[in-house]
Amino acid sequence: MNAWFRQHYAAFSRAIRRLAAAPLNTLLSLLVIGIAMTLPAAGYVFLDNIRALGANHTVIQQVSLFMETGASGKAVAAVRQRVDERLPGQWRFVPRDDALRQLKNTEGMAEIIAALPKNPLPDAFVLEPIDADPENLESLRAEFADFPGVAHVQLDSAWIKRFNSFLRLGMQAVNLLALVFAVGLVAVTFNTIRLQVLGQADEIEVARLIGATDAFIRRPFYYSGILQGALGGLAAVFLLLSGIAVLNPSVTQLAALYGSDFALHPPGFAYAALLVALGAFLGWLGAQLSVSLALRHMK
Amino acid sequence: MIVGSHLVKRYFGGFEAIRDVSFEIEAGKMALIGGHSGAGKTTLLKLMGAIERPTSGSLVVGGQNLMAIRNSALPFLRRNLGLVFQDQKLLFDRPALENVLLPLEIIGLSPREAQRRARAALDKVGLLAREKAYPIALSGGEQQRLAIARAVVNRPSVLLVDEPTANLDEGSAKQVLDLFAAFNQVGVTVIIATHAPREIPGHDLQLLTLDHGQLAP
Repeated sequence: MNAWFRQHYAAFSRAIRRLAAAPLNTLLSLLVIGIAMTLPAAGYVFLDNIRALGANHTVIQQVSLFMETGASGKAVAAVRQRVDERLPGQWRFVPRDDALRQLKNTEGMAEIIAALPKNPLPDAFVLEPIDADPENLESLRAEFADFPGVAHVQLDSAWIKRFNSFLRLGMQAVNLLALVFAVGLVAVTFNTIRLQVLGQADEIEVARLIGATDAFIRRPFYYSGILQGALGGLAAVFLLLSGIAVLNPSVTQLAALYGSDFALHPPGFAYAALLVALGAFLGWLGAQLSVSLALRHMK
Repeated sequence: MIVGSHLVKRYFGGFEAIRDVSFEIEAGKMALIGGHSGAGKTTLLKLMGAIERPTSGSLVVGGQNLMAIRNSALPFLRRNLGLVFQDQKLLFDRPALENVLLPLEIIGLSPREAQRRARAALDKVGLLAREKAYPIALSGGEQQRLAIARAVVNRPSVLLVDEPTANLDEGSAKQVLDLFAAFNQVGVTVIIATHAPREIPGHDLQLLTLDHGQLAP
């Protein structure tokens, strides 16, 4: 093992010893960091689940295409052919007579329909594209709107837009929350490391006098910050998984009432690893700022 | 060899602790820096130890011009100097052995080799039996010897010592001075700042006497 690895190993060991030397303080710091990371992390997981819920919902995929009431059978056949070319197996035809029958079966409508001199409803096509991207739906609407015999194309995307706007707003709010808590996490690490530096002031002074480089002095504090951040990230993962486990029975019960099998999905390994890595980075950043400032004062 | 030429050290506010001091100390010699309290002894020692930088003049220690040396190179220069401070600057939260291990950790020596050398240094100053004792449990003389062990564990070519006998009884002071003489005999340049140079025995001593920051004739 060369000198470089030995010094890093020694610094890492020293950082662990420092954390272990004040277990209560360390535990409280980790808890604060863990909670600070859990809130935005939970926000991202929640939004991710909501997005998945929206993407799975069939209503999003519908485009209703209404023919003119007097459209000829030839015009209907032309549209049918075009729709089948464009979205094979992803559409259904609703003849005007079927539509009227369905309307009659609706409670309170039978008498009204009976009073009508003739069927006012048009033939219709309901398109259900697999690619439910709002842009794709919009292009379908534009494509069929000018088709001969087509009176109106209704894109059932208004609520998709609202849904996406809600997701965007939620994401912005969570991003803002994440930024605020990231600054908070850096501040917590900054303060913890500052206290450690002040507690080690004698050792730092002596080490400098007998030939320690700034890198040698900084290293254990960096490891301390990284360890705190990473362990705080782990605590956040644990809190997040626990929260999902506690909430899921109620969520599935509620979803079942709406005929859905929706359940909250816990974050995957990559997300958990990212959370730990982010914690480690922010911990390092707090330590870096703190040590630099403290050493400058000591000089 | 340590060569100072027209050295000046001026602090903020204009106070000059060292005024136009020139000297030359050959390698392997023992030199005493004498003078009354406030004469500039400790300041001159700090300049030699690269703890402070001269305001003007030139100071060459072991071939390195301290006026021109970069800040990033200072730690590496200090590793070749053994420093014994007036207040010893021991770390009271760790035992004697760990105090001596610190300079070896800084240079990244393997733990086994570091322990061997630290114990050898403690043995040299007669403290091996007390390697687990914390500094608070050591007498003044023992603390001073522990500081010497830490200073010499890196096998420096120059030992800079500030008032080594200031707070010691006669017996402890003799033990400490004998140690410096022993290191000097094996070729280490020893420079001692003291307010009472006459108390330091030995022949072939070079004496630099300071008076209000200037070398007395």
